Amino acid sequence: MAATEQEILAGLGKIINEITGIPASEVTPEKSFVDDLDIDSLSMVEIAVAAQDEFGVEIPDDQLKNLKTVKDVLTFIQG
Amino acid sequence: MSANRVRVVVTGLGATTPVGGDVTSSWTALLAGQSGVETLTTDWIDSVPVKFAGTAAVDPTEVLPRPESRRLDRSEQFALVAAREAWQDAGAPEVAPERLGVVVSSGIGGISTTLSAYDTWREKGWNRLSPFTVPMLMPNGPAAWIGLDLKAQAGVHATVSACASGAEAIGHAMDMIRAGRADVVVAGGTEAAIHGLNMAAFAAARAMSTRNDDPAAASRPWDRARDGFVLGEGAGIVVLESEEYAKARGARIYAYCAGVGYSADAHHITQPEPEGRGIIMAMTQSLTDAGISGLDVKHVNAHATSTPAGDVGEVQAVAKAIGTHPLVTSTKSMTGHLLGGAGGIESVFTIKALQERIVPATINLDDLDDGIDVDLVYGKHRALPDGDIAAINNSFGFGGHNVSVVFKGA
Repeated sequence: MAATEQEILAGLGKIINEITGIPASEVTPEKSFVDDLDIDSLSMVEIAVAAQDEFGVEIPDDQLKNLKTVKDVLTFIQG
Repeated sequence: MSANRVRVVVTGLGATTPVGGDVTSSWTALLAGQSGVETLTTDWIDSVPVKFAGTAAVDPTEVLPRPESRRLDRSEQFALVAAREAWQDAGAPEVAPERLGVVVSSGIGGISTTLSAYDTWREKGWNRLSPFTVPMLMPNGPAAWIGLDLKAQAGVHATVSACASGAEAIGHAMDMIRAGRADVVVAGGTEAAIHGLNMAAFAAARAMSTRNDDPAAASRPWDRARDGFVLGEGAGIVVLESEEYAKARGARIYAYCAGVGYSADAHHITQPEPEGRGIIMAMTQSLTDAGISGLDVKHVNAHATSTPAGDVGEVQAVAKAIGTHPLVTSTKSMTGHLLGGAGGIESVFTIKALQERIVPATINLDDLDDGIDVDLVYGKHRALPDGDIAAINNSFGFGGHNVSVVFKGA
């Protein structure tokens, strides 16, 4: 059974906390990675690598650059 | 030594070692004669003939925030922990970035990262590697991260000379200040090489002790039953400043970093030169550089790694270059051998010995080998005399690198 959006959000929050130290509770769908969470492009690569381990979904580089908000990632992972 | 040359002082100390997570706990353990060497329980232990090592007393991931430590090789973690301690110990000088330098080395670099990244690449593919893999494995990584942490811009360097790396870093840091290129330089060595491949490779060189039934007794410099070195890990960092800069800001001065001697054996890639000519040359040059005579040297923290070939040759060279009078010890009997980190922690210990006028005893020295005329400290720690005294830290490395650093009491 595919993970629910809530489960993916929780997993993503955990990953982002691990990589950046930002509390998982601040990782909410409307947040922009660059403007709200101050996450740079290399950290986004780290998040993509960890997301592949966690959710089994590969995020290619040309897609990664289009994922601006947490919601964008949730949508991508849900396919 | 010219009378008007810039004098260099030590104002901060930091260390994380197999016997303690900071300078105070490490030094206290040394004076108590405690070994930091223990049996290993890792998953690769059955594939190596050596089953023990000096693992760091405090794991650096317990000290550093998780987002920081995950981007650092373990050697970089140790270096940052020790550098931050040293910097705070020095009173966090408000030095201009363009007058602050870093010289920090390791002997092997981020080899654990290299090996685990290789596995990830082969098993999962290139796109599963951390984007921080390169800065984790590069040998200048520890120096670079410290430079970033402290905003150092006067030059960030990594001198690499195997087990002489840490001492060489301190020598080059002193040279940077003397040359007028910096007022303050953070210097030392770090190593995190307790990995199956390194243990196997050093064992293949027949360099390591295999006293698996009694690890704490395995590092036994100058003892007749010594059978090789014991691998340790950690970092030792000092803050050096020009005397003028340190005094102007009212800094506490531990000691003078008074001279350095460098030489190369030009003999064999791993074996010590039997007459000790290279290490005599390094010690003699360090005395000349410091403007002192052998009689001024009251203490030597020896390289002495507990190998059959090296230990006795070194003290015979000490007798020729300095004399038989200094109190000689090997703190590696307790910490094991930190490779590129050795010159860092042992410089810290040499400076503590000068400051507290006490020399920790070499442990496990039960049956003194033949041919040793110097005054070895074993059984119990010994006091250093009052007045003006100097001490030398020796570090030698595979490749025939020899470095002697002279410190003088403040």
